[in-house]
Parts: sequence; C-alpha cells; structure tokens
Amino acid sequence: MFQLIFFSILNGLVYGMLLFMLSSGLTLIFGMMGVLNFAHASFYMLGAYVAFTVGLHLGFWPALVIAPVVVGLLGALVERQGLRRVHRFGHIAELIFTFGVAILVEEIVQLVWGRPAKSYQVPAALDFPLFRVMSSSFPAYKAFMLVVAVAIFAFIFVILTRTRAGLIIQASLTHPQMVAMLGHNVPRVFMIVFGIGSALAALAGVIAGPVLGTFPGMAQVLGSIVFVVVVIGGLGSLSGAFVASLLIGIVQTFAVAMDVSVGGALAAMGVHVNTAGALHDLWRVTIAQVAPILPYVLLVLTLILRPTGLFGTRET
Amino acid sequence: MSTPVATRPFAVAGVARAARVRRYGLWLAAAVVLLLLPQSVRTGTAIAVMNQMGIAVIFALSFNMLLGQGGMLSFGHAVYFGLGGFIAAHVLNMAGRGAIYLPVPLLPLVGGLGGLAFAALFGSFSTRRAGTVFSMISLGVAELMAASSLIFDKFFGGEEGITTNRSKAPLLLGLEFTRDRQVYYLIAFWLFVATLAMYAFSRTPVGRMANAVRDNPERAEFVGYSQHRVRFVSFCAAGFFAGIAGGLFAVNYEILTAENMGLNASGAVLLMAYIGGIGAFVGPILGAVVFTFLQSMLSDYTGMWLLYLGILFLATVLFVPMGLAGLLMLHAPVWRARRVGRLLGPYVLTGALGFVAAVGIIGLLEMVHFVAAGRTGTRRLFWLVVAPRTLMPWLGFAALVVAGAVGVRWTGPRAVAAFAEASRPGRP
Repeated sequence: MFQLIFFSILNGLVYGMLLFMLSSGLTLIFGMMGVLNFAHASFYMLGAYVAFTVGLHLGFWPALVIAPVVVGLLGALVERQGLRRVHRFGHIAELIFTFGVAILVEEIVQLVWGRPAKSYQVPAALDFPLFRVMSSSFPAYKAFMLVVAVAIFAFIFVILTRTRAGLIIQASLTHPQMVAMLGHNVPRVFMIVFGIGSALAALAGVIAGPVLGTFPGMAQVLGSIVFVVVVIGGLGSLSGAFVASLLIGIVQTFAVAMDVSVGGALAAMGVHVNTAGALHDLWRVTIAQVAPILPYVLLVLTLILRPTGLFGTRET
Repeated sequence: MSTPVATRPFAVAGVARAARVRRYGLWLAAAVVLLLLPQSVRTGTAIAVMNQMGIAVIFALSFNMLLGQGGMLSFGHAVYFGLGGFIAAHVLNMAGRGAIYLPVPLLPLVGGLGGLAFAALFGSFSTRRAGTVFSMISLGVAELMAASSLIFDKFFGGEEGITTNRSKAPLLLGLEFTRDRQVYYLIAFWLFVATLAMYAFSRTPVGRMANAVRDNPERAEFVGYSQHRVRFVSFCAAGFFAGIAGGLFAVNYEILTAENMGLNASGAVLLMAYIGGIGAFVGPILGAVVFTFLQSMLSDYTGMWLLYLGILFLATVLFVPMGLAGLLMLHAPVWRARRVGRLLGPYVLTGALGFVAAVGIIGLLEMVHFVAAGRTGTRRLFWLVVAPRTLMPWLGFAALVVAGAVGVRWTGPRAVAAFAEASRPGRP
C-alpha cells in the first residue's frame, strides 16, 4: 500500500509538472490576448516530432535545445501572420483560427512523419532505474523530467517577478492600453509571449515524447486536459495553473491505480445493487475506467460553480 | 389627388405578389430540384454522396442555429447528432424485433427527440453563459461523452458500434427502404421539412431574440428577456435538428460508432458552416454541400483530403471570414445594378492566377507525401507523370506557386478595386 501511494504521488508529480509546462504558456497567452489557443498542444506535438528527427542526426541533447527554438519561432510566426490578422474579427474568430491551425498541424505531421507512432526513445544516458523502493523502481528519466519542469517553473517565476521584461508582461496582462501609452510595443510583447509559450510547449513535447508516445494523436490526447487545467486553475493565473496541474496529475494517477468498481464500493458499505439491471454497466465501472472522465467532470463543475477557477480574478 | 389613391392598390398588389413569388418560389424550386436530382445521375455513388450531403446540410444548419444565429461556438455539437443517432438505431432495432410499432420514415423524429432531450439536459447549465465559457463547457461535454462511450458498452456498442437493419422495421404505406435511392427520398423529405422549420424558427420572435442576445445580451436583458432562456431555447432546437440528422444517419448507414459523436465530427461541422458562411441562412447549406463533395472527391485521389480542407478552412478564416455565402451576397448590389460584366475580367484573371498557385501547392504537397511515404519511381500528378525523387518537378511546381502568388498580389487589389467601383451606388 505504501509502495502504491509513494509511486502514485511521484508519477502524479511528474505528470502534473508536465501539464504545468503546457498550461503555463497557455494561461499566459490567454491572460494577455484573451484567446484560448487550441493549437497549443499542437506545438507540443511538433516539439516531440522535431526533436525525434533532430535526435536521429544529432542526438537527444541538441534536440532538447533546437526543437523548442524552432517551434517557438513557428509559434511567433503564427501569431504575427495569422492571429493578429483575425484579431479584429473578435474572440470567436480567434478561437476558430487556432482550431484550424490545430487541424492543419495534425495533418502536416501525418504528411511528413506518417501515421504510425515513432519509436522516440529515452536517451541511453538516462535509461536506468534511479532508485528502488521495495519491488518497484523509479526511472531516472522521470526524475529528469521533474528537474526540467521545476527549472522551467523557477525560470518563469524569476522572469515574471524579478525582471523588467516580466513587469511589462504582467502589466500587459491587465492594462494593455496603458502599457502601449508608455511607449511599449504591446503587439510585439504578445508575439514574444506567444513564441515563448509555444517553445515551452515544444520543450514539454521533447521530454514527454519518449514516455507518453510520439504519434499524430498526441496533441488531442493532452490538449483537452491542458484546457481543463487552465480553466480549473483560473484563466490567466500562473499559480492557479501550477496547483491545478499538480491536482489533475495526482488525481488521475491515483484513479488509474485503483481497481475498485462502483458496485464493489457500495457492496463494501453494505449496499447491494442489482448488477444485472439496465444500469449494470454503471455498477461494473471501476475507478480506473472513470479516470479519463474525471478531469472533464471537474471542468464542467468548475465552469458552472466557479467560472473564475481556483485562483482566477476574472471570468472567462 | 385621386390618381395615386386609385393606382396604389394595384402597385401594392404587384409588389406583394412579387414578394410572395420570391418567398414561395424559391422553396418550390428547391423541392422540385430535390425530387428531380436522382433522375439526373446514373451511378450509385452519386446517390450515396447526395444522401451524405442531405444529412450534412441538416447537421450544419442546426449547428449554425448556435454559431451564426445565437453567437454560441460549440465544440461538441456532434454529441446531439450522435446521441440522436444511437437512440434511433436502438429504437429501429426494437421495431425490427417487433417490440414497438415504428416505421422507418418516422425514425428521424425519434432521433430528434433524443437529441432534444440531451440538449435540454446539457443546455440547462451550459447556456448560462455565452462566449468562451460556453465553448469550453461544450468541449468538456464532448470529451465527457467520448470517455463515457468506452464505459457504457451496452448503449454505445464499444469499438464496433451499434448496427441496425432498416429493412426489418414495419412498413408505412408500403414504402420500402432497401435501396439507396429510396433512402434518398426519405432524406430529401426530411431535409426539406427540417430546412423549412429551421428557416421559420429564425423568423420567429425567439429566433430574432437569439440574434439580439448574440449582439447585445445586456440590452436584451433590459428589454425583459432572460439571455439564459433565449440561448437555452436555441440550444434545444439545435439539438433537436442535429438529432434528426443523426436519425437519418442511422437509417442511411445502419451503423453508429462513438466516432460519430467525437471531437472530429464536431470539428467537421464547424468547418462546413464556416466555409459556407455563418452570417447567412444558406451559408451552411453551401458549406455542407461543398465540404461533402470535396471530401468524397478528394478521398478518391489523395489520402490527405483533410489537409486540403484544413487549408481551405484556414484561408476562409483569414481572408474571407464571411464565407462563400457572404461573398456571394456581397455581390448582390452589383448584380442588381447590372455591372457584373465589369468584374468578369479582373475576377477571371485573379482566379486563373490563384488556380496556378493552387496547382503548384498541391503538386508540392503530393510530392512531399510521396517522398515521406518512402516510395520511389514516378507518379501521375494532374496531367503529367513526375518523378518526385528528382529536382525538376520541385522547381517546376515551386515556380507555379511563386508565379501564381506574385500574380495574385498584383491582380488581387485591382479586382477588389473593381468591385468597390462597381458596387458604388448611383449612375455609372
């Protein structure tokens, strides 16, 4: 039991920090431009694929740097040439535009890299068990993921709160007009933030590709979860995104590990239900099966009961 | 003074008759076209494509009740299409077993009621707010249903889905539905009825209030309408018509899988409505027809049809946000002023250059596809045979792209200027 809890917490932390790398960029972009970027997870996927290709020629470590830079530049280009153009048609048009970009990226990935999953492997230098607790071992690569994610968190935190650039970004979040009055080029700030957000997503893709798989559907798998994180944390709130990432990460890892069915839980409490009835599917459902639903239930509940999210200061 | 009084009734009657002819004539013409359409084609594939189009048109129109008329961008509209379809499929199976009496022609209504029931359930909380919150809840509901379909095996049929058989249900007036052609008339009937009903809905006070709430919710509240309730009514109606489309899908294909209500299906209907134009009632009709046509045509030639449709979609969002229908409506004043002739030259020139660029882009993409798939040798592209592993075709198609793009950059503004000149009111 201790073993299960210990490893679930560790895995939940790794998964949660990965979610944070994606959601931090997304929430910053939303906070600034008011647009939920559907294509954010597509940049995550592009990161994994570019890193896979670069890794074939140069190895994992150069790819760790090159892929985020390439994808970040691409993100800035998308903002400059596309998003800025549709901005005048309103938020719905922006949302639709990023949705279109997400479709296009998925198709382009299939065009260039093909439909089957790529065998993007954990680098040999990190392919060993870090430590053992009882019969289970913890891979070093997951520890590496954790370290990178924490470093990114510290990096964002320092940039936003301790530097002049961070001050301008924070001011642009709430008072874009005033910042423009003071002589800063707000559209360029937007473009840079969009580019950095895309680069962070790509970095998450580089380090998650070997663990979660590199396939054309990977953006869709994670994309919706990242939305959930951002909404639950409160749109535009970095600390909210951090807490919600860890919350979702740990809840999901724990739920997957539990093999208890609803009917079984009721039976343990002394309530016996007719498992052959019309709802028999419902009683047989195990918590592990419910795990994929949980984030969306949380999402809908949050939007109904507390549209500002956990730490948000304004409504969506 | 007496002459105007004497002549006015005639004039008014004439105007009214013209308006009536315009109003009913269009619908009559549409009905006649729907009836005659299957006579004009010989192949079974064409009938199958037309069936697909009919279903898509109802679905896209119901989607536009939300997006175009109500200002609600839903990422989960296929949920109501799919649930309506699943319910219709189960009811059809029950009718086939003789458990209930229900002939096939009434089945879409069952699907519609199913869609309506779920729209009322999910709409009760999701329509409380508009904008991004609504979109996010619709996405959450779509993901929720996608995940639930893995759990509720009995209802959704797991990976294989639910199959059904339309020939086992009892007959109504001796109408059989064994061949695609017979199903076509069923779809055409429901297409006509549903389109008429949706058009009528947009003209009712509720439909008008949906527009008002879309444009200025605060003001609508001050006039005394609850924006939540107005949106809720639109949402339920949209769910009902999506369910009708789902029921027709169940009759036509006799199978439903969880994919039919997934995110991709919801995305496809957004593409249809947007390419057609969400600002006009006919927009989604055009969009659904074009989308289905391209989908069935392109999928014969290339495996990347969604890529081309995605490019078309993004180009629409970036350059023609009013969609095809909006573009056509823009030209109505020019048409009335009989100045279309002046636009012909610049438009044909720009169109031809755009076509050159498109040929180049398609050629390049197809060659990338060829090389990425690891194939060698030659393949046919348009009218010539090319060897993608050599340099020449790449240079050739790239030259087409550059030439077309440079040309459009030069002629495009001139075409726009010609349009502005032609649509200026007053004497030429």
